[in-house]
Amino acid sequence: MADSMVERGTALLRKLEINVAEAEKRTGKNTVNMQETYTVYLIEIRPAETEGGTPAAPDTLWRRYSEFELLRTYLLVTYPYIIIPPLPEKRAEFVWHKLSADNLDPDFVERRRVGLENFLLRVASHPVLSNDKIFFLFLTEEKGWRDAVLETGFQDKADSRLKSLSAMFRVKNPDKRFTALKQYSDELNSIISQLLRIRARVADRLYGVYKVHGNYGRVFSEWSAIEKEMGDGLQSAGHHMDTYAASIDDILEEEEHFADQLKEYLFYTDAVRSVCRKHELIQYELEMAAQDLVQKKQQKEELATGTVRIFSLKGMTSKLFGQESPEQKESRLAALEQSIQEGEETVKEKNTECQEFVRAAWDDIERFKEQKDKDLREALISYAIMQISMCKKGIQVWSNAKECFSKM
Amino acid sequence: MRQHMYTQHFGRKTRTLANTQLYCEQQRRFRAKSNVTDRSFYFEIRYRKWHPRRASECGCCVELRWKFVFSKSPELRAMSGHTVPADFSEHMLDLDEDEDLEVFTKNTSLPDGSPMPNSPSSMVNQYRLEDDDEGQEVANTKDIFVTVDHPESQVTAIETFVLYRVVTRTTRSDFDSSEYEVRRRYQDFVWLRSKLEEKHPTLIVHPLPEKFVMKGMVERFNDDFIETRRRALHRFLNKISEHPILSYSQHFQVFLTAQDLAPHRKQGPGFLSRMGETVRAVANSVRGLKSRPEEFAVMQEYVDDFSNKMCCMDKVTQRIVKEQREYVDELKQYSPTYARWGELEEDLTEPLKGMASCVVQCSKEAEEHIQHLSEVLVPALHEYVLCAETLKAVMRRRDNIQAEFEAKNEALLTRKVEQEALQEEVDVLADRMEQANNSLKGDWLRWQRSMKTDLRSAFISAAEKNVEYYEKCLAVWESFLVSQRADSSGGQEDVA
Repeated sequence: MADSMVERGTALLRKLEINVAEAEKRTGKNTVNMQETYTVYLIEIRPAETEGGTPAAPDTLWRRYSEFELLRTYLLVTYPYIIIPPLPEKRAEFVWHKLSADNLDPDFVERRRVGLENFLLRVASHPVLSNDKIFFLFLTEEKGWRDAVLETGFQDKADSRLKSLSAMFRVKNPDKRFTALKQYSDELNSIISQLLRIRARVADRLYGVYKVHGNYGRVFSEWSAIEKEMGDGLQSAGHHMDTYAASIDDILEEEEHFADQLKEYLFYTDAVRSVCRKHELIQYELEMAAQDLVQKKQQKEELATGTVRIFSLKGMTSKLFGQESPEQKESRLAALEQSIQEGEETVKEKNTECQEFVRAAWDDIERFKEQKDKDLREALISYAIMQISMCKKGIQVWSNAKECFSKM
Repeated sequence: MRQHMYTQHFGRKTRTLANTQLYCEQQRRFRAKSNVTDRSFYFEIRYRKWHPRRASECGCCVELRWKFVFSKSPELRAMSGHTVPADFSEHMLDLDEDEDLEVFTKNTSLPDGSPMPNSPSSMVNQYRLEDDDEGQEVANTKDIFVTVDHPESQVTAIETFVLYRVVTRTTRSDFDSSEYEVRRRYQDFVWLRSKLEEKHPTLIVHPLPEKFVMKGMVERFNDDFIETRRRALHRFLNKISEHPILSYSQHFQVFLTAQDLAPHRKQGPGFLSRMGETVRAVANSVRGLKSRPEEFAVMQEYVDDFSNKMCCMDKVTQRIVKEQREYVDELKQYSPTYARWGELEEDLTEPLKGMASCVVQCSKEAEEHIQHLSEVLVPALHEYVLCAETLKAVMRRRDNIQAEFEAKNEALLTRKVEQEALQEEVDVLADRMEQANNSLKGDWLRWQRSMKTDLRSAFISAAEKNVEYYEKCLAVWESFLVSQRADSSGGQEDVA
């Protein structure tokens, strides 16, 4: 997967090679001054290999998961029309029983390291995101990065974004494409979650099947001790049963990789969803602005002509409490005029914003669709390869066992 | 190769060859020692029927072969492989226990090519060691074929039960016809087995399938249960028909041939004698055994260990079947989800539908695999769990016979009166004990071989089926891979 991303050749990736090489445990004081243990990851940056040159020593820095999260939040806020690549999961989910859900478990840490590298490469291979300054600083500036991010002031936007994401509103004329995309994304989310749940259960069961064969190994071995002729055959068959039972660990470890690929796209659906939501918000704001403008124009008309076509409080009160004076009317008209002009500006802005957003978003969505199809196709192929390897192992073991039985 | 056989002890009455009442079996061999000279020898007798006449007068089917055992007598050694000296009919033969059983071929002609004479006075023996083929021994000599099939429910006013059809084909002359078809119920099989055990307490009579299945709620008339039972009954009768002694049992013949078994079932010692045996057995076990002969002590230990191992194997196999069933149930969930996903996508539809189909095929293969395990390995192991119980019972009966002898012998040694009568009884019991021990020893080797063959073939079959399962799944995934690579441009390298 890394190779194919590099192939896409952004300017950044042409210059640099990016790795998340290691993970290390650290302890330190956290924000509430309590001791905590956390993991840091080593990011290695090398200039991309030039012909005939020996690879230079890498620049390195350490980052912890929360810093990655910060980076991603920044990207989400700054590029709301881009489907931002997801981070590997914060906590282990969809686990089957043998895997621990502990964040400090070495296998989990290792898979997370791979996931973080994947994240960096996704960003670095993105035509838009790879040019971001803050991202570049993330890769190069260990100490000063945090300040640089905060200086962008993205936090404020972050808060309002969160609010908007959770707000309930209805758009009058939803864009059909975005509606379809959102539905697709929700459905995909549900499907992949289902697949991951099934996978965890199947893994559990398969583990059970293989491990019980280990009992055969033990019984054959004990049985061989009391037999004369059959003893050797039983003993060696038992050995093969042990091999069979042990092989499941590697098999499921490999399958974990497939699950991680699915998980990435599960989290991608969240990113797609948030782009759709952002569009809805912009659309809504546009509609609100347009509606507001229409209302104001009508109010002006009413004021000018004196007719009340639409119920308004002002109209009612003036009816009840009498008309206002011509001066008042004039000033109100002027204020409305002003407001209308501002409103028209706003609508124009919002329109532009919306159109820009739609254009940029659909660019990225098309790119994403292509990426998704390619990646998932590859994931399915590598799953098939894994299954084939598992079958070959099975054939090997059982052929050996059969030979042992034949020699009994 | 050597063919293994076993000896039969005849007891005092039958020691004189001339007066021998021989139980006719297909092949029988014993070692005898003359009380006149120091000679001992093996001879093999092949009969097909009861011949209450003197062996020397039995013309139609006696073939006697002799082998001279290396003995102390130099004359005897010199005679090895040559003609037998004259008349044995006056010799009193002391029949010994055997050591290591050896084999004879069925060489029915003399070295000069003339046919083997059939009177003891001019018997000539030649023997050859041949390659052993345990399977062939049975196949070559098999002259009776039994099948159990066509189970049918019978409903009467009192009860419901299943009748099985038992078909026999045979060329044996003690059967009036060459083909028989009868209907038998489970109880009839139980009767047959108990009669065989009664007559041959220290032979290893193959077990019957259990009366009830403890685990789970299995109806007696559930199709699977009936089929499993039918197969086990078929195996039972085949094991009996392959047994060199049991297959000639009168009860066995009656079982196979009588249209109505009821009148035969009423005869015989039956319940009361079984009671008597049980009482004696309990009494003896209370008294305890003085000491078990070394070989039977070893046998007992083996039987206990074997029983343990079989129970473990049975449990492990059943657990594997259970785990695999649960695995398949979960696996099946994949395919509707992949199918649903395929509907959702545009460009990915094809590979996703391919995945769904692969999973469906692999689940089918897994189900077939489970089916095979349940039909082959599980019953085979279970059968030997039951065999282990049979072996324990045989050991117990042998112990009891020894205990009875020891008790009487002790009485003989301690009591002053009735010495003669007691001596008689002790002799009878001593004979009985020797006979029992020899039967067991002979049958033991036979059983071991049979066990090895049966279990080996069951394990091989299970291993083959595993290989087949993985091969089929491999094919499924490989064809998926091929179809995907054909579509996508520039495939990846194959990962071994």
